[in-house]
Amino acid sequence: MSRVFHGIAASPGIAIGRAARLERQELKVEKREILSPEDEIERFKQAITKAVTDLEEIYQKTLKELGEEKASIFQAHQMLLQDPVWTSEVENRIREESINGEYAIEQVTEQYISLFSEMEDEYMRERAADLKDVKNRVLAYLTGTNRRQIHEQTPSILVAHDLTPSDTAQLDRKLTLGFVTEIGGRTSHSAIMARSLEIPAVVGIGEILGEVRNGDLLIVDGLEGEIHLNPDPETVARFEEKRERYLQEKEGLKKLVDQPTITRDGHQVEIAANIGTPKDVEGALRNGAEGIGLFRTEFLYMDRDTFPTEEEQFAAYKEVVEKMKGKPVIIRTLDIGGDKEIPYLDMPKEMNPFLGYRAIRLCLDRTELFKTQLRAILRASAYGRVKIMFPMVTTLSEVREAKRILHEIVEEFREQKIPFSSDLEVGIMVETPASAVIADILAKEVDFFSIGTNDLIQYTMAADRMNERVSYLYQPYHPAILRLVKMVIDAAHKEGKWAGMCGEMAGDPIAIPILLGLGLDEFSMSSSSILTARQKVGSLSYSEMKTLAEQALEQETQEKVKDLVRAAGV
Amino acid sequence: MLERKVKVELEHGLHARPATEFVKLCASVKSDVTLIKDKKEMNAKSIMGVMALGVSKGDQVTLRVNGPDEAEAIEKLEKYLMNGEKR
Repeated sequence: MSRVFHGIAASPGIAIGRAARLERQELKVEKREILSPEDEIERFKQAITKAVTDLEEIYQKTLKELGEEKASIFQAHQMLLQDPVWTSEVENRIREESINGEYAIEQVTEQYISLFSEMEDEYMRERAADLKDVKNRVLAYLTGTNRRQIHEQTPSILVAHDLTPSDTAQLDRKLTLGFVTEIGGRTSHSAIMARSLEIPAVVGIGEILGEVRNGDLLIVDGLEGEIHLNPDPETVARFEEKRERYLQEKEGLKKLVDQPTITRDGHQVEIAANIGTPKDVEGALRNGAEGIGLFRTEFLYMDRDTFPTEEEQFAAYKEVVEKMKGKPVIIRTLDIGGDKEIPYLDMPKEMNPFLGYRAIRLCLDRTELFKTQLRAILRASAYGRVKIMFPMVTTLSEVREAKRILHEIVEEFREQKIPFSSDLEVGIMVETPASAVIADILAKEVDFFSIGTNDLIQYTMAADRMNERVSYLYQPYHPAILRLVKMVIDAAHKEGKWAGMCGEMAGDPIAIPILLGLGLDEFSMSSSSILTARQKVGSLSYSEMKTLAEQALEQETQEKVKDLVRAAGV
Repeated sequence: MLERKVKVELEHGLHARPATEFVKLCASVKSDVTLIKDKKEMNAKSIMGVMALGVSKGDQVTLRVNGPDEAEAIEKLEKYLMNGEKR
């Protein structure tokens, strides 16, 4: 009989196929008395070694396919297995009670599992799952049972109570059409991995293993978070069509990778990527970034005990610039302070860090630090198209002072004949109401503006974005924000300069039509948003958006702005 | 033997990644390291032990270091707990 189940849409796409149940193979552990504890301990040690080797392989595979962050979980698993306290507890039990290794592991690990599962913190409770995963791996080696074989030989839809991180890492994209789990949320390991592997998935569906048999026909709608069990032919036809449409859209997006970003009526803008480290360049290029609109340099200063040297910085900047092969790279000078601290800077605690000693304020005070960074950027500029951007500007004198220091270094470079790019553009981030309001004055002093909306909204609305009680005031479409954005763009254009945006708002589908209409020249966003944004721009008419933007500026509230955009059907 | 009370300022407390880093740091010193929270004492070279303490940001813990490099070690470990991860 046909049935529909609802869960959480964890990974987009539609899969239609036969169900393959993943049975949780409970390893039965029995207590046995053993004659030679020392032999048993040796057997235990060998199982650990095998499990660690196994995990190293999974780690390498995941690292290659999904990157460092997702792979790090398997390093943690290795560390759990090599935990000196855990291993010696297990060994002691074997020795003192003359029991088998399996039983000793079970006993010792269960203590920790129950400790973790009783914790208040949800994150820590989830770690109990990691421990179970690790424990079962060792037990499998010891008992000689094979680990669950994830895959049947034919492509199918996996149905499981839950997928452990190592299950998910072993998924074969060709054999896994989609998957469904009874528990889990959008941010569970399995959901995140499913999205990286582009496998449609619905999680948190509740009790379903009791209903599905191997070979049942299943539809997984990862867009809506729906499962159809044994659907009728009409439903299958409907979803086949939906799948086709989805795949075509996806293909369509891929086609846009090397395309310019251009409206229906021929107005061209640029879509760039925000990155944090040189590693992020790859994703930016894969998603068709036309440049780097914001290269945050803070990573160089974090997690260490001393300042990064000029050489270290130069290497990182050069790597990004070279990889971008002549496409523009906007390097933002150190934006530290506020909520981002570095221990060796030794800064006193502040009452209002967001309003305190940070970013350009700090750089202009600690000029040696600033000069080192500027030198590294200048040197990297010889290898491509570099632009420099100063953050958190509020006064004209800050811009002049920053430029003066830059020119000092330029002079030095000229004298010493150190190569650098002579047509280096210098811009500022507009992220305070002060700089937005005097944008007409600042525009004479710089080559470009990039509007940082996250901070601009926070400062304009006077609402700390970390404070949940006032988070409702984080309103990107508030008329005050839109009007400030307009002031900045107009001021830049009046001086023949360009204006971009590198905050969250630049990739927001509701904001894009308005920003386009206001005349924004460059949109910089996280790489994953680029293709959708490019498609959006391609579907719009610049002249129509100009009218829409004018109307948006006249709305009374953020809600009315949203309604306006929705009503326009864009 | 040296003992010191520390208020943990790590943004995510001693969760998986910071706990891993902390345990690696503890393993790198010669002395024995014990981490104490709410009268529960754990060997700080054990990832399970450290995680089992469930240390969150703002928690008060005690570091006990005993061994040849204790003075140097306690400085290093205290520093990490106070401001190790700053992302």
